[in-house]
Amino acid sequence: MPDDDGSAARWQDELYDLLRRHNVTQFAYVPDAGHRILIDRSLADPGAQSVALTTEEEGVALLAGADLGGARGVLLMQSSGTGNCINMLSLIKGGHFPFLTLVSMRGDFGEGNPWQYPMGQAVEPVLQAMGVICLRIERPEDVVPTVGAALTMVFQGGRAVAVLLTQNLLGAKSF
Amino acid sequence: MANDYPQGVDMAAAIAAGFILDRRKAVPKMIGRHEDFLFVTGLAGTARDIAALTRDGAHIYTMAGAMGGACMIGLGLALARPDKRVLVATGDGELLMNLGALATIAVLNPANLAILCVDNGHYGETGYQKSHTSLGVDLEKIAAGSGIKRARTIASETELAEGSRMLREGNGTAFVVLKVKPDDPPPFKRNMDPASCRTRFRGALLGTG
Repeated sequence: MPDDDGSAARWQDELYDLLRRHNVTQFAYVPDAGHRILIDRSLADPGAQSVALTTEEEGVALLAGADLGGARGVLLMQSSGTGNCINMLSLIKGGHFPFLTLVSMRGDFGEGNPWQYPMGQAVEPVLQAMGVICLRIERPEDVVPTVGAALTMVFQGGRAVAVLLTQNLLGAKSF
Repeated sequence: MANDYPQGVDMAAAIAAGFILDRRKAVPKMIGRHEDFLFVTGLAGTARDIAALTRDGAHIYTMAGAMGGACMIGLGLALARPDKRVLVATGDGELLMNLGALATIAVLNPANLAILCVDNGHYGETGYQKSHTSLGVDLEKIAAGSGIKRARTIASETELAEGSRMLREGNGTAFVVLKVKPDDPPPFKRNMDPASCRTRFRGALLGTG
């Protein structure tokens, strides 16, 4: 079910606190409505570095650099942005870099914009082809446990994980 | 008469266009004491420049793929380690593949980050085809237009010292284009495994894999 603004604000705030508790300090993003609260919290947080990207692949390389320096980061993007990342994920897969991305989905459940479908429907197969494990979230109560699991997989297990925030969770857009 | 430069290169035209310096001499001169930096390099030419200079040291991370990522790896590293100077050494082709990174970096403007673009005006690894910088594109102006305040092109011996200072000092990110002849980089064999290079780098910097 689509969220109302209040419950979206709640899980996004909990999500931000969870990421910070796990020492995530670099927040890289291409602006997106689905990540608005995380982006705003990172901008307001003196302990975090908020990095506005011109294209999502920059964020993939940024997070590899963060890891070389012993820091943790997350890439916040929309499903269309995953396509921009594909060759740069060679760095993550070949280098065994930990990699965490939160993807706000379009082109999926209830989507009204035909332009969003080609990439939206390709997100999982193309990420999986580049070695990124995909976890889907459909309900607000699953956000914190699922991202908690992803944090363990990434920063203890050394994996690359994409958490897909679906349009069931975020609300479908009819435009 | 045999040329001693790569096949297909119009060296006279390159020199006339200001690509004069010898990278094998100019890059080490610009960098000076390499132990003062953490390095991220682009593919091919600059990877070999820096690997030869440092004997493939543990303070360098060189690429051989994922083209267009060098500057942003450098930014992530610079933000993670404000106590260290980070030097991205990359080529014109690698830089051209993700010019948006200059805008992203300019906005944050970390003072411990410098970018050295070794610009030979060509894609050396693929047969010395001309790059955009041989065809009128000016990377210094792109960097300046992106908002990087300390941007400069170095094309002669006499300017090397100034370029070197820019890489080491200053209150914001430095961007230096070093124009060099389209000639081969040092023939140095480096570790090309990205995972073992990551482990090596982190082991030296952080004492961990």
